[in-house]
Amino acid sequence: MTLRKLTVREALREAMAEEMRNHPEIFVMGEEVAEYNGAYKVTQGLLAEFGNKRVIDTPITEQGFAGIAIGSAFAGLRPIVEFMTFNFAMQAIDQIINSAAKTNYMSGGQVRCPIVFRGPNGAASRVGAQHSQCYASWYGSIPGLKVISPYSSADAKGLLKSAIRDPNPVVFLENELTYGFSFEEEYDDDHIVEIGKAKVLKEGSDITIIAFSLVVKYALEAALELENHGISAEVIDLRTIRPIDRQTIVESVKKTSRCITVEEGFPFASVGSEIASILIDEAFDYLDAPIKKLASVDAPLPYAENLERLALPKTHDIVRVAKELCNK
Amino acid sequence: MFNKENKNKKSNSIKDFNKGQLLDLYREMLLIRRFEEKAGQLYGMGLIAGFCHLYIGQEAIASGMRFTMKDGDKVITTYRDHGHMISVGSDPKKIMAELLGRKDGSSKGKGGSMHLFDLEKHFYGGHGIVGASVPIGAGLAFADKYLNRNNVTYCYFGDGAAHQGQVYESFNMAKLWNLPVLFIIENNHYAMGTSVSRSSSVDELHKRGIGFNIPGVKINGMDIFSVISEGQKCVDYVRSGNGPMLIEMDTYRYRGHSMSDPATYRTKEEVNCKKDIDPIDSLRHQVLESKIANEDDFKKIDDEIKIQVNDIVEFAKNSPAPDESELLTEIYN
Repeated sequence: MTLRKLTVREALREAMAEEMRNHPEIFVMGEEVAEYNGAYKVTQGLLAEFGNKRVIDTPITEQGFAGIAIGSAFAGLRPIVEFMTFNFAMQAIDQIINSAAKTNYMSGGQVRCPIVFRGPNGAASRVGAQHSQCYASWYGSIPGLKVISPYSSADAKGLLKSAIRDPNPVVFLENELTYGFSFEEEYDDDHIVEIGKAKVLKEGSDITIIAFSLVVKYALEAALELENHGISAEVIDLRTIRPIDRQTIVESVKKTSRCITVEEGFPFASVGSEIASILIDEAFDYLDAPIKKLASVDAPLPYAENLERLALPKTHDIVRVAKELCNK
Repeated sequence: MFNKENKNKKSNSIKDFNKGQLLDLYREMLLIRRFEEKAGQLYGMGLIAGFCHLYIGQEAIASGMRFTMKDGDKVITTYRDHGHMISVGSDPKKIMAELLGRKDGSSKGKGGSMHLFDLEKHFYGGHGIVGASVPIGAGLAFADKYLNRNNVTYCYFGDGAAHQGQVYESFNMAKLWNLPVLFIIENNHYAMGTSVSRSSSVDELHKRGIGFNIPGVKINGMDIFSVISEGQKCVDYVRSGNGPMLIEMDTYRYRGHSMSDPATYRTKEEVNCKKDIDPIDSLRHQVLESKIANEDDFKKIDDEIKIQVNDIVEFAKNSPAPDESELLTEIYN
């Protein structure tokens, strides 16, 4: 184990580079991934190291290059497809769901699709409604896909390496605002984080706050502030959306008896909705308060600074709701 | 470009085939025809459900192009896939069992008529979303090029799919990267009930690649000799590293779009007129005229296919439904 300080961006790049060094059938494809070094510089240096056979700039044709990558995966390659943002992947969502996720089942297990679709997901900052959407619950509802959305650098690296090695299609949801976040964390030489395992970032006894991606930051900040109010909050970073770590969620809430979920997606049929359903099924008798879901407001994301701020859950929202649930 | 290079090459004619080859082509097309007729009957009896798209009338395309393939060449198509899967040499018993949703089906009963796959025969489906199999086909070719395999992907789709945006995204990247893919439009003139003339600003579909510098040719898809001889030139062009080519196969489906389509948008006269140029009858007629084979040779094959198709149906009917435990397998690897 080595203690290293890495940004999320560097961690993601290391994950791809390390896996590509060991496996020639892995290649990266997407808009501006090669000569421009990535729209958000996540693929910086990959073209220089691996050449243009394995780091491939595409025209702006998400559906087409997603389909081509899927076909290449059917035929034995291991593509990493970067979407400049997951908003643009809506152009390709039929390929991701109907072709990548379902073909193994439809073929009776004959056709495998080892592929990673990755890129920034969710709101960024002041980019308006069409560029600001979280797709975690969309992809999370699809059997045949695995869906990952990490927060810290070490998790980003370990989970991306796992995703690349996975024989199934994986949707890997990053966050533009976290790319520059630095984390000092322990790394193994071959740093792998298992898919499907949530992580308890802070232990607590009064309430469980479950978050993923950027809003984990707010959950941690809220937990600190709640200590000042005499509330001991447990913070769980979900890390994987599908398969969801039911055990960690249920065990925590059995201990704390209260739960808040936090995400930037729309509230209807959200990841929080699913967690609430799990808790009602498996921890109903342990609950001392309603499960509260903090999500985006039920509206397209506005551009105006004040409205955008109001639309998404923030640290003070978590604190307020936690205090209500704990009667403090 | 394509036409210049190939102008002087002589087209194949019946004389270029020996008796065994000709009878094999007849046998294969007839097997597809009888298989499909039987599938239609079983659908009427309720043994096949859902969507079922028959290949009757288009057999010369799958069988003819199969003649141009070499080991490792890949095939991908849309939901009208029974004929293509038979032509690559898959076991028709497994195909029929799949149509019936049975345990011994090619996808263990989990795919159905539109989702046939046989990776051992390099047959990559069997795709139900119109147009979506085209980039996947380009992707199969991408893998062959990446791995330095001298193979061609035969990417079939219909005149309806030819309008989808992702088809042109695929054309662009396939030419940009010179992928070894042969795009084959099976133009049976109707996208479900909408004729090409009612749906297309340019109805010469083989010209659809021009804007991408992809050469295109139109081939009479009702004549297996045209398919083989013209098709072979296109395959050679692609296999030589020139990048993709586009073929428009002019063909006709005798039945409706699917089993639930009575095809009232076409006149009886139109359908009957097309049947006069039936690919199977035509092959038989030409072979008899050339005296390479005689009536008895054909009669023998007719009888054999009849027995084979009955065996296929018996096999499929006797195959049990998939075990209930199969419901939740093969979602992940």
